[in-house]
Amino acid sequence: MSANAAVSQFAIDGEFTIYRAADLKTELLDALRKTQVLEVNLGGVTELDTAGLQVLMLAKQTAHADKRELHLVAHSPAVVEIFQMLDLGAFFGDAVLIH
Amino acid sequence: MNLDAALQTFIAESRELLEDMENALLNVDLACDTGEAIAAIFRAAHTIKGSAGLFSLDHIVAFTHVVESLLDEVRDCRVVLNDEMIVLLLSCCDFLNGMIDGLATGNFESDPDTKAEGEMLLAQLRRHMACACEEPAEGALAIPAEPGVERIGDGGGEERGDNDFWHISLRFGRGVLQNGMDPIAFLRYLAKLGTIKAIATLPDALPLAEDMDAELCYLGFEIAFDSPADKEAIEGVFEFAADDCDIRIIAPRSKVSHYVDLIRALPEQAARLGDILVRCGSVTARELEAALNQQHAGEGAPGEAAPPQPLGSILVEGGNVPPVVVEAALAKQKQVSDQKAQESRSIRIDSEKLDKLIDLVGELIIAGARANMIGQHIQNAELQECTSILSGLVEEVRDAALELRMVKIGATFNRFQRVVHDVARELGKDIGLIVSGEDAELDKTVVEKIGDPLMHLVRNAMDHGIESGEARVAAGKPAKGMIKLNAFHESGSIVIEVSDDGGGLRKDKIFAKAVERGLVDPERKMSDSEIYNLIFEAGFSTAEKITNLSGRGVGMDVVKRNITALRGSVDIGSREGQGTTVTVRLPLTLAIIDGFLVQVGSSIFVVPLDMIEECIEYATEPGQDYCNLRGQVLPFIRLRQLFRIDGACTRRESIVVLKLGALRAGLVVDTLLGEFQTVIKPLSPIFSEVKCISGSTILGSGEVALIVDVAALMHTVGGRAAAIAA
Repeated sequence: MSANAAVSQFAIDGEFTIYRAADLKTELLDALRKTQVLEVNLGGVTELDTAGLQVLMLAKQTAHADKRELHLVAHSPAVVEIFQMLDLGAFFGDAVLIH
Repeated sequence: MNLDAALQTFIAESRELLEDMENALLNVDLACDTGEAIAAIFRAAHTIKGSAGLFSLDHIVAFTHVVESLLDEVRDCRVVLNDEMIVLLLSCCDFLNGMIDGLATGNFESDPDTKAEGEMLLAQLRRHMACACEEPAEGALAIPAEPGVERIGDGGGEERGDNDFWHISLRFGRGVLQNGMDPIAFLRYLAKLGTIKAIATLPDALPLAEDMDAELCYLGFEIAFDSPADKEAIEGVFEFAADDCDIRIIAPRSKVSHYVDLIRALPEQAARLGDILVRCGSVTARELEAALNQQHAGEGAPGEAAPPQPLGSILVEGGNVPPVVVEAALAKQKQVSDQKAQESRSIRIDSEKLDKLIDLVGELIIAGARANMIGQHIQNAELQECTSILSGLVEEVRDAALELRMVKIGATFNRFQRVVHDVARELGKDIGLIVSGEDAELDKTVVEKIGDPLMHLVRNAMDHGIESGEARVAAGKPAKGMIKLNAFHESGSIVIEVSDDGGGLRKDKIFAKAVERGLVDPERKMSDSEIYNLIFEAGFSTAEKITNLSGRGVGMDVVKRNITALRGSVDIGSREGQGTTVTVRLPLTLAIIDGFLVQVGSSIFVVPLDMIEECIEYATEPGQDYCNLRGQVLPFIRLRQLFRIDGACTRRESIVVLKLGALRAGLVVDTLLGEFQTVIKPLSPIFSEVKCISGSTILGSGEVALIVDVAALMHTVGGRAAAIAA
């Protein structure tokens, strides 16, 4: 995670599930507060469950409320599958590579 | 909710599910539709996890979670199920079974003794997953993700209206995640029932970042769902979350007012919901508007004058009106009653209650017989007619009650899939199991007791019956051996066949062995079946294994004894080079038997009819304990002496010739009274130490008759009156 003033990066790897949701929520929100634009790299996410998804949605809403920007990039297949199933493309508004 | 009772249900259910899971695992390669089998396995794991979550059984949840994750990947074709994984998953089943057993004994934490095993299994599971995540990731992309895109072609597609979909509205409770359930998993499962045409995920309930607990669930979903399934099936998807989730389902082509009701019942802003419904295609804007107008006009709600307004504003206003309490209550009631209707299709009953019912029916039969007797005595025609109708009904009730105890033998058979799978691996042979006649029913007690003998027969068939792969190929048979289990009904009994397509029994070797053991005279001419049945003789098998003999013989006498104890019989047939079939015959029920009444002094006894060979007149020299039965010595037991019954012998005594397996002995009694349909009543525990009596029954006259336990009788007197082999 680089503390670049404009755009920061944040990467999530492995299982993004209820077991890690609480930790990742804190980390993600901390990262978001330190920057104007946060890019979350989801390339390494192997599993996403409801708890994980909620954290992403919360981050998006929080960013919106604080007038910051949150972009999700490099969605892994596990993430794409969930986003497609729940029709969340519009909610996050990021470009998703259609696999 | 009584948690203890619920926990028992959970334990029973989990065991069943694990059994299902095991069967599905074993059948995966046989099943033509692997997808379905895998879905079944996944469901079992998922359900256990969900239910375990309800009881906060964290160790079970944690373990099943990993199993489930792997299965999930299998289901999504990201991992290919191979042999190694099936074995691993079977071990996981065993491990879970162990945990459930622990639970049954009141152990709510993970057992430290098995912790290492659990961790090893988890590591193996993860290994399968890990390699799966990396390597076929690209491959998975080729597979069209969820069926959400394409519409399943349907001839009637055009005439369907816009609202031709189910509308499902879900608000998950805060605790679902903690209870081990994942709303996404429910939706995935839902997608198996049909097509999710449109879905809106509602994050509205998400609180501010600081207040949000990542382990609570805040999401809701509005779904337009295209499926031929009925409402119960759709509700069934969410069954496990039913307590934890607010579910509303609106059938296709429902009145638009239902959607309006829905909008009002949900916590979100009405305008937003209205939009979502319209976007889902569940209802058109025009329809919604019209319905709203109509309702407003009809209700004349205070503060809302009738003039029609544009959709948006009405909905906003509607949003200001708090959800009508009555409506919510009605919806809730309906949900509960729907759920009840679903539950009532099958009921789990304590087997003790069933036993009690059978007991009462027995009493009823006896009381009926007595009423009948009195009717005849009084010679009142009306009363007689009445009692005759009554006894007809009682008989029907008896049959129905006995029917309740009947269970299908399929569950017992299916357990053998695992046995065959494991033993085949152990032996290094390729053996399959074919099961047929699973629907044949028999008494639960018999089912429970037949498991062990069957196990023995199956193992024997695999070990000694089926030849090695090379030998089979050399004999021109397929390399894969087959064990077949079959069951069918035949005149009041159930027949279970265990057959194999192995080498068959070798008559000459069996005969030679029997001669060597002194079981038969070398000069004796025996039929094939007589020779085959020699392997059931007690002396035939010894401690040393007879695997070098092509026949079986390891403990077959034990099998026979167990089956005889159930009042059954066993027979064997074989064709050399083609296989062997063991046929087990069992009575359908143990609660009512055909008995034969005999009298000694003033006491009446019941002897099970099928143990009786014949009845002869008593004639012997005084002081002898044997007689001459057509040139053979027949030892006998004097029932009067055995039970120390007072009184002098009658002038003409009789001998009932009993046969138990190979043993034959006589029973000296005063009078023969004839056959009697006997309702077996267990003796009270006080008499549990009494030998030679297996139960009691009550005669029409109200007298008690004791049932003679022939096997115990032969055993007890075996030393004194040495019974001889027939």
